[in-house]
Amino acid sequence: MKTAKLGRFFSYHLLTAAAGLSVLFLLAPIGMMIALSFNQVIGRFDFVWHGFSAAAWLHPFAVDGLLPALEISIVLAVIVATIATSIGTALAYAQVRYKFIGSGALDLILLLTVATPEVIIGSALLDLFVGFQVETGVITMFISHVMFDIAFVTIMVKSRLRDFDITLEHAAMDLGATPALVFRRITLPLIMPSIVAAGLLALVLSLDDFIISMFVSGQVVTFPLFVWGTARIAMPAQIYVIGTAIFLTLTAALFTTFFVDQRRARRMGLT
Amino acid sequence: MTIRRINLSPYLLALPGAAWLAVFFLLPISRQVVTSLSEGSIDDGGMNFTWHWQNYLDAAQQFAPWFIRSFEYAAIGTGLAILIGYPLAYFIVFRGGKYRTILLFPVIVPFLITYLVRTVSWQALLADDGIILGTMKHLGMLPDGAYVLGTTTAVVFALAYNFLPFAVLPIYVSLDRIDPALLRAAADLYANPLTTFRRIVLPLSLPGVFAGSILTFIPAAGDFVNAMMLGSPQRQMIGNVIQSRYLVTLDYPLAAAASLALMFLMIVAVTLYARLFGTEGLTG
Repeated sequence: MKTAKLGRFFSYHLLTAAAGLSVLFLLAPIGMMIALSFNQVIGRFDFVWHGFSAAAWLHPFAVDGLLPALEISIVLAVIVATIATSIGTALAYAQVRYKFIGSGALDLILLLTVATPEVIIGSALLDLFVGFQVETGVITMFISHVMFDIAFVTIMVKSRLRDFDITLEHAAMDLGATPALVFRRITLPLIMPSIVAAGLLALVLSLDDFIISMFVSGQVVTFPLFVWGTARIAMPAQIYVIGTAIFLTLTAALFTTFFVDQRRARRMGLT
Repeated sequence: MTIRRINLSPYLLALPGAAWLAVFFLLPISRQVVTSLSEGSIDDGGMNFTWHWQNYLDAAQQFAPWFIRSFEYAAIGTGLAILIGYPLAYFIVFRGGKYRTILLFPVIVPFLITYLVRTVSWQALLADDGIILGTMKHLGMLPDGAYVLGTTTAVVFALAYNFLPFAVLPIYVSLDRIDPALLRAAADLYANPLTTFRRIVLPLSLPGVFAGSILTFIPAAGDFVNAMMLGSPQRQMIGNVIQSRYLVTLDYPLAAAASLALMFLMIVAVTLYARLFGTEGLTG
């Protein structure tokens, strides 16, 4: 009996320790990034702590080329997310609410775009653009980002469309609402949280994309491509400042959508 | 008389998405198949489609070590991600209580820092005189010449880190679905925690482990950033080969063959894995 108790004690704390180590592992690079954003730069590679300095935060764009790269990344991500979310939502709606020829094939293609490694998608897109003599640049990047975003948006919106109570739509139609009105007044408000979440994911995926962008960007430099280019020459603290700023912005956006969604759900009595 | 009316709405709604995926996903892949069977180079004289299937033979011969290494690294990285992620998912589900949502935050953290900044941060963490190795050397726990950067260890841990959310979230979902009554029943029948885990929890969470490992393995096997920034130039992955052949040496046919061979091998690997796991793993 004593050994069983001892075993229980060990397994209990062993699990806590393992989970704690995992969290440490997950947060370590974040801690490093934030710390290095306050590092005093001495050499070109400042992997060593030289002392506290807020210089990089006060002059975040003091590095040549960083600001234009970040601007391109943000503008591109916003446009890509908007287009991909609209296209993906329409596709999701068509697939869930109607039966049509080719819907099954579309499911397979959506799955394939998500499952194919980026290096294959990127190289194949470059192959296509070069083959049809399309010059790579912002436009080809836009095309490629929308392409990989569509599947994520469609899959997320589809799961929400499947979940909600279809009788609400039927009731509205019985009361004489046209399909367009039903969509605008019933369906859209109900699936809005998933559209927002999908849009946020589309934005992040575009902002963060490196592998596919590398193949199709031509001479254009986005923030990830800038980090890649600069990492061989020098590592200014500004890179970590921008990284931290992006991290904090995304975290805030994530928590905001989460809490707004929860409040809504509570108000509507869904929980 | 029957009038069959075809409702056009779904086709109109699906058209933009379907067209986009057809032109910018299916067409590029098909185009890459053509390139992989061509001869020549884009800079001198252009490529000619000649059914030159020998490209695949050449790719297999020249790049075999890179293919093998990629699958090896991805498999180890996936194993690590599961080993690191499983206890965490278990802890969140069974001990998280009302803090569950907050505890899920660290799990998705790797998605919130820019991929490249994340890799650079690992470079800094693992640097020869950085916070971990530097401190250990200072304390005399490691010899002065010890290093991690440029080794396989650095690459596989970074791969595990990058794709950890893909591994943990499916495990979390499958553990979350387990009925707590089953665990109480096991305890009532005098099963100790270890037996309960081995006989009840683990088998029920295997579908999650299966899904998580596939979601981690596929992107890991195609990755080249970690191998390039954290690994040794002598031990790169197949992604590095495809990337440099396409962007540096412009050897399109051979690179296309390597890319499609990677896709084919991945499908084979995933199918074999599904077989190995048994069908109940798939349907559960």
